[in-house]
Amino acid sequence: MTTTLTPGSPAARYREIEETRGEASDVNVGEGERLACGIGGAALALYGIRRDDWGGAALALLGGALLYRGVTGHSEMYEALNVSTAGKSRAGWSRDVHRGLKVQKTVTVNRSPEECYRFWRDFENLPRFMRHLESVQVLDGNRSRWTARAPLGTVSWDAAIINDVPDELIAWRSLEGADVDNAGSVRFRPAPGNRGTTVTVELNYEPPAGRLGVTIAKLFGEEPEQQVREDLRRFKQVMEAGEVATVQGQPSYHGRD
Amino acid sequence: MKALCWEGAGRVRVESVPDPKILNPRDAIVRITSTAICGSDLHLYDGFIPTMAEGDILGHEFMGEVVELGHEVTSLGVGDRVVVPFSISCGNCFFCEKDLWALCDNSNPNAGMAEMMNGFSASGLFGYSHLYGGYAGGQAEAVRVPFADVGPLKVPDDMPDEKVLFLSDILPTAYMAAENGNIQPGDTVAIWGAGPVGLLAIRCASLLGAERVIAIDRYPNRLRLAREAKAEAVDYRAVAEVTETLKEMTGGLGPDVCIDCVGLESYGHSLDAFYDYAKTSLFLATDRTHALRQAIVACRKGGTVSIPGVYGGLLDKFPLGMAFAKGLTFKMGQTHVQRYMKPLLERIRKGEIDPTFVITHRMRLDDAADGYAQFKLHQDECIKIVLKP
Repeated sequence: MTTTLTPGSPAARYREIEETRGEASDVNVGEGERLACGIGGAALALYGIRRDDWGGAALALLGGALLYRGVTGHSEMYEALNVSTAGKSRAGWSRDVHRGLKVQKTVTVNRSPEECYRFWRDFENLPRFMRHLESVQVLDGNRSRWTARAPLGTVSWDAAIINDVPDELIAWRSLEGADVDNAGSVRFRPAPGNRGTTVTVELNYEPPAGRLGVTIAKLFGEEPEQQVREDLRRFKQVMEAGEVATVQGQPSYHGRD
Repeated sequence: MKALCWEGAGRVRVESVPDPKILNPRDAIVRITSTAICGSDLHLYDGFIPTMAEGDILGHEFMGEVVELGHEVTSLGVGDRVVVPFSISCGNCFFCEKDLWALCDNSNPNAGMAEMMNGFSASGLFGYSHLYGGYAGGQAEAVRVPFADVGPLKVPDDMPDEKVLFLSDILPTAYMAAENGNIQPGDTVAIWGAGPVGLLAIRCASLLGAERVIAIDRYPNRLRLAREAKAEAVDYRAVAEVTETLKEMTGGLGPDVCIDCVGLESYGHSLDAFYDYAKTSLFLATDRTHALRQAIVACRKGGTVSIPGVYGGLLDKFPLGMAFAKGLTFKMGQTHVQRYMKPLLERIRKGEIDPTFVITHRMRLDDAADGYAQFKLHQDECIKIVLKP
């Protein structure tokens, strides 16, 4: 069935996202697990039927359910839990060789756009909520030097602000010679209903050919989307609560002789 | 210091652990003077709540004396006597400002983990698994209290610990359960589970205007306390069908308000209860839902089902069709303790409610492990244990 959607409408956007994610199929159980469910389920069902008692009937039912899951590759429980073992769903970011890597995330912060903008615009504040950054040093009004933690030491690059609309938008990109050609922007919009500010961050990485895996992994680990989400969560905590929630350094019992 | 640590399902022990430290500017360190074991601690004890780690300090009902303060806390002073709410809340986010403290956006350091489970993260909790932040609990000699400028409530020196300790959890929980029931004058309120929260909910329901309160349980001592609190008591093992009994008792209408003070480890002797037991034992289901099912079946048309009992996952054989057909209202969730502490302190002070009647045992913190076992097995008519470090 095809319906025509107004281009740019929320429905069209949703369709686009769904198509990009390629999750139209109901399969949410991985291949290995399906095989195990199928064989185990069939064996259990046969055994249950042959036992010819109430316990056997229960086992047969259970076996049947497993067999169904194996054959269809669909688990109601996984669906309800939004879990899939049939390959990872990666909403919100995409990776392709030509476009590099792009992440976009949004959070609502219970502070005014002015306050959010002012805090972010002072780039030396960024390491307070971006965990992979060790420091950002402002060189002059426009340029800054970013230093990120990596498994083997640090990675450094210079960046310049390419767009700056007070209380609304900051955009930056790396300068010539960066290991990872990267650009980012953050947009601050008043949230509806006086709920503060909608903060949307977009990051793009376009590394030189061949270095994609290595350098991106260095900077972001395996889950860039998760990283950005956690960074934004910390930004919100700093803006609203004035501190980042932690349990690092609290007591517990670990020594067992 | 000494603290009660979780060491695996069914195993807790008092151990020597490092003293708590100030980690953030809005922290306080509180020296514990009284702490209690909660029914929901038994869910941890039984291994029903995922993401516990060996060595975690338990306890979310506690009070004590402020001994150290982070530099941002100006509303408290060293030496203040405080009761600490079990949910940790920043006081600044959208939810705290809306008085929905248990849904705080900013207090769970493991919010990402909670989002994977539930889509969203609620507030951090003391001593209640890493899913809720992994905060060390208060069944200890001392505890670190985050956001101490908005959580802890100062209590007057002339009120003894036992009178105010339950402001930390079970009294506000019972009160919110009754409030969520939207009790109207003349209403009949049925309460499943006459444990500490259920017993206090009987009193709160009466305070909010219920004409009749019916408590459902199986333990004679709990049923006796329920009667003493002016409820009619139903021993569910002594009746053929609880829902039919309630219908008879309410002239065929059903109770106007049904409160489930049981949660995910419900017991029962009907077919569906055994089915739940089998499925959760085989890890095919997460929760035993018997009490909630009964509440839905029993509730009168257009009535309200209030759920203070804890649920953790996916419910099986949930009669939503019946709930829809009867036009029921559901209200539920973790208690917004901070919303109720002050008004309830006032009610205790005026003598309108005295929560001490639920206490059956007083022990030293050193004996806390025995306390858990006793509470779990209902030995010696155990209903509520208060621990003294």
